[in-house]
Amino acid sequence: MMHKCPEQLAAVRKRARARQNHARPRILVGAATCGLASGAGPVLEALRAAAATGAEEMEITETGCNGACYLEPIVEAVLPGKTRVMYGHVKPGDAPMIIQATVNGTVYEERALCRVDADEILLEDVVAPYRRNGLDAALERIVARDAHPFFRSQRHIAMRNCGVIDPASLEEYVARGGYAGAAKALLEMRPESIIEAIKRSGLRGRGGGGFPTGRKWEACRKAPGEPKYVICNADEGDPGAYMDRAIIEGDPHSIIEGMIIGSYAIGAHLGYIYVRQEYPLAVRRLRLALQQAEEAGFLGTDIFGSGHEFTIQINRGAGAFVCGESTALMASLEGRVGEPRAKYIHTVEFGLWNKPSCLNNVETWNNVPAIIQRGADWYAGIGTTGSKGTKVFSLVGSAKRAGLVEVPMGVSLREVVEEIGGGVTEGRTLKAIQTGGPSGGCIPATLLDVPVDYESLGALGSMMGSGGLVVMDNRTCMVDVARYFTAFLKEESCGKCVPCREGSAHMLDVLTRICEGAGRAEDIPLLEELSVVMTDGSLCALGGSAPNPVLSTLKYFRNEYQAHIDEHRCPAGVCKALLTYRIVAEDCSGCDACVDACPSGAISGDYSEAHVIDESLCARCGLCVPACPQGAIILQ
Amino acid sequence: MSAGETVSIAADTPRLEAVLQRYRRVPASLISVLEDLNEEFRYLPRPVLEHVSMALNVPLNQIYHVATFYKVFNLAPQGKHTICVCEGTACHVKGAGAIMEKLQEQLRVSEGGTTEDGQFTLRSVRCLGCCALAPAVMVDHDVHGELQLDETARLLSRYADRPDDA
Repeated sequence: MMHKCPEQLAAVRKRARARQNHARPRILVGAATCGLASGAGPVLEALRAAAATGAEEMEITETGCNGACYLEPIVEAVLPGKTRVMYGHVKPGDAPMIIQATVNGTVYEERALCRVDADEILLEDVVAPYRRNGLDAALERIVARDAHPFFRSQRHIAMRNCGVIDPASLEEYVARGGYAGAAKALLEMRPESIIEAIKRSGLRGRGGGGFPTGRKWEACRKAPGEPKYVICNADEGDPGAYMDRAIIEGDPHSIIEGMIIGSYAIGAHLGYIYVRQEYPLAVRRLRLALQQAEEAGFLGTDIFGSGHEFTIQINRGAGAFVCGESTALMASLEGRVGEPRAKYIHTVEFGLWNKPSCLNNVETWNNVPAIIQRGADWYAGIGTTGSKGTKVFSLVGSAKRAGLVEVPMGVSLREVVEEIGGGVTEGRTLKAIQTGGPSGGCIPATLLDVPVDYESLGALGSMMGSGGLVVMDNRTCMVDVARYFTAFLKEESCGKCVPCREGSAHMLDVLTRICEGAGRAEDIPLLEELSVVMTDGSLCALGGSAPNPVLSTLKYFRNEYQAHIDEHRCPAGVCKALLTYRIVAEDCSGCDACVDACPSGAISGDYSEAHVIDESLCARCGLCVPACPQGAIILQ
Repeated sequence: MSAGETVSIAADTPRLEAVLQRYRRVPASLISVLEDLNEEFRYLPRPVLEHVSMALNVPLNQIYHVATFYKVFNLAPQGKHTICVCEGTACHVKGAGAIMEKLQEQLRVSEGGTTEDGQFTLRSVRCLGCCALAPAVMVDHDVHGELQLDETARLLSRYADRPDDA
């Protein structure tokens, strides 16, 4: 078919480009949930107030999260014809200086993090330099983003628009190549060739399972039965993972576009986005984006004049982790409790309302437009043999530079944690990386050279999961971590099948008594036995993978279990029942600072004499330790 | 009937009907209807659920099955402000437990409880998705990141002092 640019899209793109060509300075404030939690709201107000007093016309917009959450609140200033400057840890008091510097086409060095010299429009394979002339001396002095340790080895595909566009603006999305992939798919490609492209790209499910996306689409297309449904799983429940929230909040249209392409390939006319209600901003952004897409004619009947009809409905999850499981999610969409069913009935054949349904995760849908526009071979050229493309990881916990990190599949865990994340908090040592959420496992620091891809992580008894990487240091107790995840899964078990319901409760009992110093010698074999029963007997992946945190910590940190059980000692100093706080008499100046800090009245002693802690009263809260100016209180 | 069950069906029918109309009384929209009502009334009083049962033609026991399965639904009246302490993995390893204990002590409630003056309900939530800013606490819809133990009192006072503008 001859390429015909659909009128709706052309009109929007024209408007957007015209606006972008405005030469006025533009300031973007990272106002995703993470930014707002760090105080982006007052910063935004201060910038608006400061800009209003100046004569220069200036645009101040909200944007999503560019991943560098540890630097929030982040502000970026686009200096027309020069460059783009990123500021971090911005306070409302910095607003006048940032505005002034932006008006003058220079930089407020105090808060400057790095500069971005070109705007990469990934979907069109265009790198548009911001700069036309040379750099000012002041701009020269700040580091380029490509040299900044947090950004330099990242590659943003899924996060292509996060922190770059105003997520509330359809125009800005379109200006960066948005919806051109959907237009190309609907007007120039046959459904079969789209599926072929997705298969060839090697894209695999980003929600955790890692199932090849193209094969899922193909099975759903071929399945008999009408109507068919496409579903976006935005019920990001894994504690420690939040890339889906960032993508929805920063680039909601990318998901809608992916679903449009998917619906056409599969032959569906109705789509659902199931999004957590714990993400109120994400829900708002999605609702607005849907409304904009409908008004622009990208959703509805005869999209781009192709004859394809597709609409999307948003459903909010109601706070049940198990609803991240596909069959439970579909039950929830039907208005029922989210109980999974046996897996041998495939949802691509009998899913929502027993009709063929294709469910993919947020990040999976968001990759689709990029693959269609840039081509399957381009995508397949990134990553490893079995795991293609990039993956967004949430690098959190003790990482110095915590945030969202998007890297090609197959880079080593070391590169992510040490180079991008900057290692662990000062004074601590790296102990383990927990990957894959409650269904994943803990990888010890000694195995840090493992490549992050589906196969390698699985081989270590962990998993890719949705991409949570929780960095744990020497102050994290691995038994406590296992207990934490087991407590989580016990609470989230829907209760339908016995191995999961009873197994998780029993496991939690055992782990709790180990943490409380009442562990028995036979507890470790008992945990292993329970794990086998849960893995083999559970109905869904929640129960089936629930033992992973326990098994992986037993595998790599068995000595910690042993220390709890045999020596009644918590080596990391976490399990309260096993801790003793003691004042070293020789170091104590008797200043009474600890007496004031202790909420339990457990510390006594005459002024300027050595103090003592009454163990029977001590609540082991640890508040006395930082209160002591001599550092005389130790943990045993 | 508990003291807080003050929702009078007669007085609140318009609010209730507005929500039911929004979803065109489709039985499959039960969860969405309950979510909206839970926000509207801040909890789900039994008379409201009885009304929903009739309107959607869904048995009351099935409604309770759903309302007790999902964590978002409150079956008892809630405080004016809801505090959700994030207990995601990153928050857990960064001391969410101590924050929860401190708040319990300051508010004199246990987890899930509401203060005597009806100001605050204290809950835990599994991951607010602000893991890089752990430990995080959400009060109503505002997320507060990197909360230190000695900041909880100030956080509470910010909300307790707010005039009743809800």
